[in-house]
Amino acid sequence: MTATHQHGAPVTPAPGRGTPAWRLLVTLAIAGALSGWLVATVYDITLPAVKRHAAARLEQAVREVLHAPVRWDTLYVVHDSLTRTAPAGDLDPTLTAYVGYDAEGRRLGVAITAAEPGFQELVTLMIGFDPASGTLLGFTVVAQKETPGLGDKIERDSLFTGQFGGRVPPLTGVRGHAGTTPSEVQTITGATISSRAVIRIINHAIERWRPLLDRWDRGGTS
Amino acid sequence: MTPETTAVDTPDFVPGAPPPATLVADIWRGISRENPVLVQFLGMCPTMAVTNTLANGIAMGLATLFVLVGSGLIVALFSKYIAHEVRITSYILIIATFVTLADMILAATFPDISRALGPFMPLIVANCLLLGRAEAFAAKVGPVRAVADGLGMGLGFTASLVLLSTIREVLGRGSLLEHDLFGPRFEPWVFMVMPPGGFLTLGLALLGLAFIIELRKRRAARIA
Repeated sequence: MTATHQHGAPVTPAPGRGTPAWRLLVTLAIAGALSGWLVATVYDITLPAVKRHAAARLEQAVREVLHAPVRWDTLYVVHDSLTRTAPAGDLDPTLTAYVGYDAEGRRLGVAITAAEPGFQELVTLMIGFDPASGTLLGFTVVAQKETPGLGDKIERDSLFTGQFGGRVPPLTGVRGHAGTTPSEVQTITGATISSRAVIRIINHAIERWRPLLDRWDRGGTS
Repeated sequence: MTPETTAVDTPDFVPGAPPPATLVADIWRGISRENPVLVQFLGMCPTMAVTNTLANGIAMGLATLFVLVGSGLIVALFSKYIAHEVRITSYILIIATFVTLADMILAATFPDISRALGPFMPLIVANCLLLGRAEAFAAKVGPVRAVADGLGMGLGFTASLVLLSTIREVLGRGSLLEHDLFGPRFEPWVFMVMPPGGFLTLGLALLGLAFIIELRKRRAARIA
């Protein structure tokens, strides 16, 4: 029911004669239910495509950071140790590692996913790391919502992204000039916080994963 | 363009209802003399934020068009059943539903553009153009006119974003739809893809529009 209207008069109900509260509640409840049903239905319809895109992007990211491996094994962190058996339920990408091999079966490195806050929201990276030499192979941005034109350069600025291969973590960021030691990387002018976030995410990820990978290498399990 | 004025699809006795007009006039109005960006200055946040590349501008424009048409249709169909006191809440709910649908459909069909638009897709909800059209137009006319208005406003919004993003991408990146235009010797004017470049481009576009309008007025005065 709408308020009584007259041409040219403001559309406001008379005091004390508005729509009953139960009717307002029913209107909003029906609108909310219909909205929820529609969103849930389209979510169900689009979910397979979204998952397919995510899987393709993951595969592309693994290939990129491990420099085109011929095959890879997947390892999972369960109770603070690595195993080849996937845990039940949805996989947490930050508890999953991909060990890549070349055609001769030599290990190229390990790809791990890590996410921490950037300048605005979570920045998710896939990091390539070679535990044998202790050097980085590179990284790629899986997801970020940094400032368009500034912070999102962590993904697009090839001078920044291209300098991580061969670096030895823990990394430190330097401004204004290229890194002079194997641990230094140059941050992006105008996106210092976002580029420092990348460095922090890589350092924390390697610090966390290196002991797990060392134990896995020593015994086949960690 | 002066479309003839024939009443189409307007319910009776709605206070503040827009004057009768043809469907073509309803569509053309949003593209031309009531253009949301260049005339009404609505939706400035996405206009500034996502016009750094043409692909982003087109995607944001079409997503907003989808929400305008969908929410306009639903508001026009159900406005007479929605109590006056909760109409704004209901309109926002309808708009938010269509924005969420657009966000999910974009993520499923064009994931790269969805990633590039980032938080600006959900922020379409806060675009005052949508609530403005729902309250000022769609709630006071029939579904056909509401859809025509949404289509016109959406096309006008998209056209403005395309204009601004084309200028910014060409000057700021030396490319169009990520196809390199000028070769390696071109030094991109990075300023143009940054936020100040958005303000400058919009200011210059408004200046150009005002200049054209002034020229047409003078020409009309001379003929008269």
